[in-house]
Amino acid sequence: MSVARESEIIVGSINQEPLTSSGSAPKQAETVKLSTDRLSFYYGSYKALHEVSLNFYANKVTALIGPSGCGKSTFLRTLNRISETIRHTRIDGGITLDGEDVLALDVTNLRRRVGMVFQRPNPFPKSIFDNVAYGVRVNGLTRGTTVREVVEKSLRRAALWDEVKDKLQESAHALSGGQQQRLCIARALAVDPEVLLLDEPCSALDPIATAKIEDLLFTLKDDCTIVIVTHNMQQAARVADNTGFFLLGKLIEFDQTEVIFKNPAAKETEDYITGRFG
Amino acid sequence: MLTRRRKLTNSIMLSLTAVCTVFIVSILFVILGYLFWNGARYLSWNFFTKLPVPVGQTGGGMANAIVGSGKLLLLATLIGVPFGFLGGVYLAEFGTGIFPSMVRYMTDLLNGVPSIVIGIFAYAMVVARMHHFSTFAGGLALGVMMVPIALRTTEEFLRGVPQSLREGAMALGASKARTIATVVIPAAFKGILSGMMLDLARVAGETAPLLFTSLGNAFWSPGWDKPTSALPEMVYRYAISPYDDWHQQAWAAGFVLLALVLGVNIIARLVLAKASHGA
Repeated sequence: MSVARESEIIVGSINQEPLTSSGSAPKQAETVKLSTDRLSFYYGSYKALHEVSLNFYANKVTALIGPSGCGKSTFLRTLNRISETIRHTRIDGGITLDGEDVLALDVTNLRRRVGMVFQRPNPFPKSIFDNVAYGVRVNGLTRGTTVREVVEKSLRRAALWDEVKDKLQESAHALSGGQQQRLCIARALAVDPEVLLLDEPCSALDPIATAKIEDLLFTLKDDCTIVIVTHNMQQAARVADNTGFFLLGKLIEFDQTEVIFKNPAAKETEDYITGRFG
Repeated sequence: MLTRRRKLTNSIMLSLTAVCTVFIVSILFVILGYLFWNGARYLSWNFFTKLPVPVGQTGGGMANAIVGSGKLLLLATLIGVPFGFLGGVYLAEFGTGIFPSMVRYMTDLLNGVPSIVIGIFAYAMVVARMHHFSTFAGGLALGVMMVPIALRTTEEFLRGVPQSLREGAMALGASKARTIATVVIPAAFKGILSGMMLDLARVAGETAPLLFTSLGNAFWSPGWDKPTSALPEMVYRYAISPYDDWHQQAWAAGFVLLALVLGVNIIARLVLAKASHGA
């Protein structure tokens, strides 16, 4: 309870609309792929997200940063409606994907189009091959190609093929943590998503595995729009085109990554970036 | 002074726990050893292949009881496992509100019902209506006894599957039912399987519910609607008889039964140990 009250006090000094230092949204020539309009989210009666309006641009990497418990993961989980799997939760406001109302879309179809990679690698207790093939089989998406071709292509895109091509039938649990996370990325890519959501994908990985995944994001954005939640500000600065800063369930500021890190408009953003809290 | 008293108390309590542990474990070993000593030496090829013979004759066996036990346990599995498994899936994955906790409570009650009462139930439901004892009635009684544990182990192992796996599957577009069938149940499968095996081993030794359902039979029992003998029931009948050679047969039957239960137990533990190491 005291946390909620505290949030009211701090948030009271912040404008409803997120600030952008350049006075307008990032580069206007880009197309909006996914957007939220005054999106709020409730766990029971607790309001975890406050009217977040944000645009994700096609073929760009957008990073969401902020201290623990600021609602960035909650926000990410509303975008493919995986948040619905938790009971007693509610979404208010709008989400659109290519102009279509996400909340009205068939959820299976939505999740095929908006893939997700989680904080901890969560390969299924199946073979490497079956992990990648899972989404393809569930969605019945072979369309002329064989499952095997899709699996190979996805593993190549996730830069894992050379490491696993000789042991596709072995258990996915035998892989290292970094390999498992790339397997989870390959699994998400296998259904050819338009948007890829990543929820702190590197927080359980060492720096080498992290670097591999970051490299991967650069190549993947040619085909998809990427949203990455991260605790690691250097990571956001390295991989993201645009960055949004969340605090206590509100989007404080959203702009090009360079602006956020070099010349933030909001004091809270600057305090967080410079490590004064968080 | 104080330290000495503490040390003394400590050593007394420690030896007390040790004595109790040794006592419990030694009871098990005494039973095992006694049964092995008395049972194993009367085992012969005939025991597994011949029918029982009248008192005084030698060379009889319990082939019909072994087959009878097998048939009863097969029936029990066919009844207990599907009901327990599907009920467990419901409780773990779908139940909301007050109904599941009621089911859980009822299940625990059913688990505590004396086995002879379950036997009466099968007697009333099957034997009294068909007007004769049958393998089917015995199998039904054992099957009903299997349901509570089958249900609760299924529920527990399904609950043990991490939420992250479910989310992973649903994030790929799988429906809830599909997620449960293709990810959650396979992840819990070995645990559930071992639980079912332990459950089966538990009812394999039940005698009371068989006494007035499958009754017993000195001959082969073809089909499912005739009385049949079973190992625990033969142990009971032969042990209370006044004949020495029947006593020997009872020891042998007890030993075979124990070996069977022990074997199933060990296999179940191996399956489970493999499961906890990851697939």
